[in-house]
Amino acid sequence: MLGLIPVSVVALTQMASAAPEAMATAATAAGASPGTPWWIWPLLLFIVTFIIGILAVLGGVGGGVLFTPIVGGFFPFGMDFVRSAGLIVALSGALAAGPGLLKRNLASLRLAIPVALIASTFSIFGAMVGLKAPDYITKTCLGITILFIAMLFLVSKSSEFPKVPGADALAAALRINGIYHEASTGKTIEWTVWRTPLGFFLFIFIGFMAGMFGLGAGWANVPVLNLLMGAPLKISVATSKFLLSITDTSAAWVYLNSGACIPLIVVPSVIGIMLGSFVGVRVLAVTRPKAVRWIVIIMLFVAGVRPLLQGLGVWK
Amino acid sequence: MAVVQKEVAKQATEVAPEQLLYANIINIGMISGMALLIVAFLLYVSGIVPPLIPPEQVPSLWGGKAKEFVEVSHVHGWTWLQYVGKGDYMNFIGIAILAGLSVLGYLVLLPALIRKKDIAYTLLVIAEIVVLLAAALGIVGGGAH
Repeated sequence: MLGLIPVSVVALTQMASAAPEAMATAATAAGASPGTPWWIWPLLLFIVTFIIGILAVLGGVGGGVLFTPIVGGFFPFGMDFVRSAGLIVALSGALAAGPGLLKRNLASLRLAIPVALIASTFSIFGAMVGLKAPDYITKTCLGITILFIAMLFLVSKSSEFPKVPGADALAAALRINGIYHEASTGKTIEWTVWRTPLGFFLFIFIGFMAGMFGLGAGWANVPVLNLLMGAPLKISVATSKFLLSITDTSAAWVYLNSGACIPLIVVPSVIGIMLGSFVGVRVLAVTRPKAVRWIVIIMLFVAGVRPLLQGLGVWK
Repeated sequence: MAVVQKEVAKQATEVAPEQLLYANIINIGMISGMALLIVAFLLYVSGIVPPLIPPEQVPSLWGGKAKEFVEVSHVHGWTWLQYVGKGDYMNFIGIAILAGLSVLGYLVLLPALIRKKDIAYTLLVIAEIVVLLAAALGIVGGGAH
C-alpha cells in the first residue's frame, strides 16, 4: 500500500504540470459543442477544482487564487458567477481551517479583528465595482493581478520570526501581541507587531481586490502581516486563513444578494476543493515542496495570461 | 524554576474561553452547512426535488452577467427564501449558513469583551457585526429589494 504512494506522487506531479493545458483543452472541447449535456460542466468543474484543491495545499496557497483565474479563463461562466463561487470556495476553506487554528492559539483574534473590519468593509466596495464592471475589464485586471501574484511568489521571501524592535503606538494601544508554543523547537514565542498604521492601510486594497476579483486574499495577507508588520510566519498564515472567513463573507453576501450564485457552479467547486485539500494534506508528506512551488507559479502564470488575453480580446 | 517557567508559559498560551466557543460554533456550523449543501445538491441534480430553473436551461444563462440571470429567475436579495422548496434554491440554505457563521461567531465574542471592559475591541466587534449584517441584508452592495 505504502509503495503506491511514490507512484501516486509521480503521477500527481505529472498531472499537475500538465494541468493548465489539460484543463484548457477539456474545457474548450466541451465548450465547443453546443449540444454538450448540462451535467458535463459541473462534473468537469468538480475534477478541475479537485486538482486545484490538491495543488493549493501542496503549493501553500489558498484555493481561491487558483480557482478564479482558471475557472474564469477556461470555463464558459460569466465572471460574476465565477467570482461569487471563488469567494464561497475561499470562505469554506477558511471556515474548515479556522477552528483548529483558533484552538491552537495560532490565529490571533487581537490581530485579526481590526484588520478584518477594514478588509471586509472594502471587500463590499470591491464586490460592487466587480458586479458593475464589464467582464472584459475585470478579466484584464484579474489577469494583471494574477501575474503580479505569480511574480510575488517568485521573488518574495518569508521570515519565520521577524525582528520587531517594539510595538508601535497603535499596536500597543490595541494590545496586539501574543504568545504561542512552537512545537518544532519546544519554545514559547512572544510576539508583537509594528508599522501597524501602514499595515492597516494596505488592508483597504487587499479587501477591495478580494471582493472585486473573488480571490481569497491569503497571497497578500501573509506578506503584509509577516514581512511588513512583523508577525511570526505561523501566526501570519493562521491569522490570514481566519481573516478570509470574515473578509470573504461580506463580499460573498453582495454577490449572493445580487443573484450571482448558481448552485451548479458553486457546489461542485466547494466539494471539489475540499476533497482535493484533504488529499493534498496526505500527499504533502511525500512531495518535494520546491517542485510543487514551481508548478503553482507556472499555473499562476498560465492562469493569469488567459484572462488577460481574453480581456484584451486577443484570445477568445 | 524550569517547572515554574513551563507553568507560566502554559497559562500564557492558554486559549481564551470565548475563542474556544467561537471555534466550536464555526466548526459545528461548517459541518452542518456543508452537509446540507451536499444533500440539497444531490436532491437537485438527481431531479428528486424539482428546481425553479431546470438544469438544462442554466448553461444558456451562466455565461452572462448576474443581472441577466436575475431577469429570468426573478430571485435577488433574500427572495430565494420563497423558493427554498425548489431544488436549486434549496442549496442556498447551506450557503447562507456558511456565509452567516462569522456574524454568529462575533456575537459570541461580544459579551466576553464587554465583561473584560475591552472598549476598543467591543467597538470593533460591534462595527464588524454591523458591516456583515449590512452586507447580508443587502443594505450595502445591492439586493435589498
